[in-house]
Amino acid sequence: MVITVAVDRADDARSWIERANPIHPSLIDEHHRLGELYNMVNVPTVVWIDETGRITRPNDVAFTTEKGGRYANVSTDEQMALLRSWVRGQLPPPSDDEIRQRMAPLSDESRVARAHFGLGWWLHQAGRQDAAQHQFQIGGELAPDDFMIRRGAMPLRGSDPFGPEFVEMVTDWLALGHTYYLPLPVE
Amino acid sequence: MASLVLLDVGQPTQVEATIDESGVWIDAAGVKAALGWELKPEGLCRDATCIPVAGRPGLMNDGQMNLEGLAELLRRPFAHSPEEGVAYIGPAMELFDHTVKTLEAPDFTLPDLGGRFHSLSEHRGSKVLLAVWASW
Repeated sequence: MVITVAVDRADDARSWIERANPIHPSLIDEHHRLGELYNMVNVPTVVWIDETGRITRPNDVAFTTEKGGRYANVSTDEQMALLRSWVRGQLPPPSDDEIRQRMAPLSDESRVARAHFGLGWWLHQAGRQDAAQHQFQIGGELAPDDFMIRRGAMPLRGSDPFGPEFVEMVTDWLALGHTYYLPLPVE
Repeated sequence: MASLVLLDVGQPTQVEATIDESGVWIDAAGVKAALGWELKPEGLCRDATCIPVAGRPGLMNDGQMNLEGLAELLRRPFAHSPEEGVAYIGPAMELFDHTVKTLEAPDFTLPDLGGRFHSLSEHRGSKVLLAVWASW
């Protein structure tokens, strides 16, 4: 079973979903609930969940195209082969500790940053855009690695999420020695 | 007293509050209405859980609770816009601790484009690839 979730306003995701015409549940998460629940900081993020509802592979970066994979320095072919092996039951299950070691720790700053995003989202919906922008700004400063806040707020602020602000944000981030995508090893 | 919108993980409740330089203060009725916690002689209680509040400096004043202190007591993140009269309290840290401990995938219920709601838990019994994306 595939479940896709767009961390977006419905109208921003609509054309993509309608063009794909998926047969699986294709959901909308305007409020970034999954960011809070799963400690997600960027998209695309995938999680493998087994038949009992347990996470077997936590937050990972996965693209469906080789071009996308190059951004994250991952092979989509290798990732897809690994996924198929898991679905067919051909992968040895990782130990609980191995799974936990792959889960990013949740910092207090990240949690407070998400609270500011949530507050900003409410203000945005209420039409109080200046106040909303201020909250998005605080959130991004508290958790500079949280691109679901920093980039995800761009459309809400009327900024192009593929435009100069995004390019400058990523350039600055990489110049500090960070990585924009953090995929798990394919093994 | 001022009117405050208190967002419990996004769920709004209008409460009466005192907002001054020391923070946001709401009474026990507001705490119960917005967050479901009830102030009792033994502490702040919900279901079978009670958290003592006596002796915590800065938490209580004249029958009101300091909202930031309350969030800290509940291990929940807090954000506030005094000018806009809105505050947000995020999910408890225990939620993520529970996920790490049990590895249970947190359940969620979200709509599709047609407005039909779907829950992760509906798919128990199948392997699920949860793929999160965005137009941005």
